[in-house]
Amino acid sequence: MKNCEYQQIDPQALPTPTPTPQPHHGNDTEKKKEPRRPRRKWEVFPGKNRFYCDGRIIVARQSGVLPLTLGLILVTSGLFFIFDCPFLVKHLTSCIPVIGGVLFVFVLITLLQTSFTDPGILPRATPDEAADIEKQIDNTGNTSYRPPPRTKEVLINQQVVKLKYCFTCKMFRPPRTSHCSLCDNCVERFDHHCPWVGNCVGKRNYRFFYTFIVSLSFLTAFIFGCVTTHLALRAQGGKGLVFALQESPGRYPLVICFFSVWSILGLSGFHTYLVASNLTTNEDIKGSWSGKSGEDVTNPYSHKNIFINCCSVLCAPMPPSLIDRRGFLPADESAQTGSADIELPTLAAKSEINVVGAAFALQKSPSPVETSLPAVAPTQHLSAACC
Amino acid sequence: MAETHSLQDMRQQAAITAKVFIQRDYSSGTMCQFQTKFPSELENRIDKQQFEETVRALNNMYAEAEKLGSQSYIEGCLACLTAYTVFLCMETHYEKVLKKIAKYIQEQNDKIYAPRGLLLTDPIERGLRVVSYNFVSIQTEQIEHFSVLFFLIRAHSR
Repeated sequence: MKNCEYQQIDPQALPTPTPTPQPHHGNDTEKKKEPRRPRRKWEVFPGKNRFYCDGRIIVARQSGVLPLTLGLILVTSGLFFIFDCPFLVKHLTSCIPVIGGVLFVFVLITLLQTSFTDPGILPRATPDEAADIEKQIDNTGNTSYRPPPRTKEVLINQQVVKLKYCFTCKMFRPPRTSHCSLCDNCVERFDHHCPWVGNCVGKRNYRFFYTFIVSLSFLTAFIFGCVTTHLALRAQGGKGLVFALQESPGRYPLVICFFSVWSILGLSGFHTYLVASNLTTNEDIKGSWSGKSGEDVTNPYSHKNIFINCCSVLCAPMPPSLIDRRGFLPADESAQTGSADIELPTLAAKSEINVVGAAFALQKSPSPVETSLPAVAPTQHLSAACC
Repeated sequence: MAETHSLQDMRQQAAITAKVFIQRDYSSGTMCQFQTKFPSELENRIDKQQFEETVRALNNMYAEAEKLGSQSYIEGCLACLTAYTVFLCMETHYEKVLKKIAKYIQEQNDKIYAPRGLLLTDPIERGLRVVSYNFVSIQTEQIEHFSVLFFLIRAHSR
């Protein structure tokens, strides 16, 4: 919308004169007759992602074990509410289903947000930018046959950080960005690709992920505690623990929770440590800042204060999605025809307006424009004369 | 044929020099900042001070968007308590500043860059990777060449 006012041309859109315009011409008359639906950017997204609700929801192509995660949470909580809560409400307090309900809703919402949010995907470089970067790399004087090592060093808070060139996305990756091979995208502040949520965890959805695992550990511990209390109370009042276990189907949440609570608590503890020291799982695993190589390296992104680190990771302003999934594609042929018409009146200062308009419009847009303007024959004649 | 060759060369030249990219400056970490080094391709078009002023203003606005202050903490805590569902209803602080940046860029284009044949693109359209200056006045020279070629071909065909 902003660009309509300016006579901007895109040199990449300029076609070279084609030697065989005839078949092209035929195809484009057919295309022109069909009503062209404006396409959104998510339809041509190059990464391995799937989109739903017209681009509002983004997931990785492999959903991993997200259905299993959802199923486990729903089944465990369902059994808890159906079999344990009535007994506990009668014998203890009615707060128990309320607390359980709040935790359950929290877990579900944060899980869905982690799975369906863009983790901080960087859009791939446009051809112009890629060419500009290639030019800069070549200019650094490497004339040997082998391609030069594509790294760039920057100084961040007195720490040397190497930026690698991503061959898929055709750009130097910003610091803390990594390319996920499962999703085929560069993700900012890449933490890890989590199969349980079926998505990468990066800058934009880390806070959802952290809230999810913390609330899940609370929920699991809560259900575990409640079911244990329920069975203990039954065993006391009735015929023993074994009979209580056999009698109530409320034992299933106990089993599931017993096996999962330790790993979830462990994971929450690990991520709390990462948040407090402003590290990512990726950096921790690689040992980027632990000084293994013997050099004196420190984490240049840490604020050296646990509270500020936590706030910067969890309470920082929510960054926007850079991939603009629901935006419309600009390189539509019908859009280009329209813009050519807009530009003609502004060239009125030139005397050869008709010729200029026809020649410019012919050269500006790909072939469909040729079919709409009367100067079709000269174009073909032009191409023929050139070749 | 000679005309066609020169036309192609010129078009290629235009393709190479038509955009100037200002890359990100990572010296202060992952914050969104752009380099203030003046590119040589813009020497004839704008003066260094004007360029630096624009880039510094953009850097300041992005720093404001990402600032860790009491407002962002309150927003973050409130969002956490509501399981981040407020993000679906409310416009975040960052989005508000992005709108401000878009308005600033439009203003700069209208007042300063368009009269000199340049177009500053909003970095958000490039994934906050680069600020690009597009040359827009090339088309007038191209049109003259195209029209000359067109006339020559038509004259030749008759």
